[in-house]
Amino acid sequence: MALERSDVEKVAHLARLKIEDNDIPEYTRNLSSILELVNQMQSVDIEGTDPLAHPLDATQRLRHDEVTESNQREHFQQNAPATEAGLFLVPKVIE
Amino acid sequence: MHNKTIAELAKGLADGDFSSVELTRHFLGRIDALDSQYNSFITVTPEQALAQAKAADETRASGHAKALTGVPMAHKDIFCTNGVLTTCASKMLANFVAPYDATVVSNFNHAGMVSLGKTNMDEFAMGSSNENSYFGAVKNPWDLKAVPGGSSGGSAAAVAARLAPGATGTDTGGSIRQPAAFCGITGLKPTYGRVSRWGMVAYASSLDQGGPMARTAEDCALMLNEMAGFDPKDSTSLKKSVPDYTEGLDQPLSGLRIGLPKEYFGKELSAEMSDAIMASVKEFEKLGATIQEISLPNTMLAIPSYYIIAPAEASSNLSRFDGVRYGYRCENPENLEDLYKRSRGEGFGKEVQRRILVGTYALSEGYYDAYYRKAQRIRRLIQQDFLNAFNEVDLIMGPTTPTPAFDLGSNSDDPVQMYMEDIYTLAVNLAGLPGISVPAGQINGRPVGLQILAGHFKESQLLNAAHQFQKATNWHQLAPSSGE
Repeated sequence: MALERSDVEKVAHLARLKIEDNDIPEYTRNLSSILELVNQMQSVDIEGTDPLAHPLDATQRLRHDEVTESNQREHFQQNAPATEAGLFLVPKVIE
Repeated sequence: MHNKTIAELAKGLADGDFSSVELTRHFLGRIDALDSQYNSFITVTPEQALAQAKAADETRASGHAKALTGVPMAHKDIFCTNGVLTTCASKMLANFVAPYDATVVSNFNHAGMVSLGKTNMDEFAMGSSNENSYFGAVKNPWDLKAVPGGSSGGSAAAVAARLAPGATGTDTGGSIRQPAAFCGITGLKPTYGRVSRWGMVAYASSLDQGGPMARTAEDCALMLNEMAGFDPKDSTSLKKSVPDYTEGLDQPLSGLRIGLPKEYFGKELSAEMSDAIMASVKEFEKLGATIQEISLPNTMLAIPSYYIIAPAEASSNLSRFDGVRYGYRCENPENLEDLYKRSRGEGFGKEVQRRILVGTYALSEGYYDAYYRKAQRIRRLIQQDFLNAFNEVDLIMGPTTPTPAFDLGSNSDDPVQMYMEDIYTLAVNLAGLPGISVPAGQINGRPVGLQILAGHFKESQLLNAAHQFQKATNWHQLAPSSGE
């Protein structure tokens, strides 16, 4: 299945990924060949076969609704690119 | 000292032949002297290692030493290490100092092991050659023109070159077993859910599994004893008691039933590879095992199924890297969307971007059923193949890879060709099974790996078979001359 340049641009936007203009042709080719590879799946009859999400079909455990972690905001925010008064700073969102 | 296995080093420490500080200095000295030719470490932590070694010696002096107290090791740079750079070999995390330890890391700390540093890898564990690292490719100690395999290529190269006696790895589609094969060491991917994923940077959460990489099966058993176990912090961790994996190593193999999947010996396998694997299988026959041909009819479907499931889960997992809370942020963002897009565009390498794009496409509106859901259904067919086979045989054997290590730069232009390299390893992750790669020969000076697979939670059986094989052969004892 051959993708168009516009498909790649759309997917890149959905993924919030800025890709360089001159990389788009290569990505378009790569993605098309990957999709061609995975399209081998489409001819397989999987009627009545349930999807497998966890290899041992385990279900997600729930824990008791109790506080287990202490507040380590300052510690964790040491890795943040920009903070102020305990908040993460981003460019202005509301004009 | 560096030619000793973990088991031998543990005994030497217990007998007082050397201290952990001496041992740690020795390995740090080797890394310092030799690693410039391999690039197997991203971060070396000498001060922390020597502090841990000193503490280990004190623990021993006070009579409280455990099995591996004071033995040095290295961690793949995908495991969070408190206060130490944890980059995942990405520009995105090049400045990330983990604020906590992964469960695997704290397990090894608790065991008294000494961490020498963090090993190189393919960025976010995506790759089969270790060429996708922001910190440069790793070289194979057996031949510096060859790749070490990936994604745990730094761990494999460090162990092969005797820069560390053992290392952690992670395996999503072969990332422990394939580099172990290429570098002539032993690498075990445990059953999904056996080893905690907490603090291990997520790639494809339904496939990722951490495991040990060392020179022998016995060393892998010793390491797995410390790594494995239920972790309430990992929601997919399984509540199952951990046996002593060294206990069954010496069981005889008489009566063991080994299956050889006919699909693993097709035309993509060279005659030389096939000969090396069949010679190894003969060794098992001599040890009393019986050999039979089996069939895993959906083998070829593992590639398309994997290359939907893994990128889909990756695109979701990697959405957390947004330039806001930690990691790389672009310069002078115009607005929030520009911040997200440029931080991610500049912070991720090409293979990571490709997989995010494929995954986003596969999960986008209108395609979910045709791709992700379909791939998950095929995943069940693949698992069923294995479960059927394990009704007839105890273990499955075959090559870990279609060829020995390929040359650096030979495959990287064509992602699909690169994905084909993973044909024998991917299906094992889809089925959640344990698998081990053991050194089983050499072709033109490059190691060959034999892959052994067992049913869920049968790691002991794998380690037993691998250990008996290693008692009968010496491939695992060969050392590359570049490390002398």
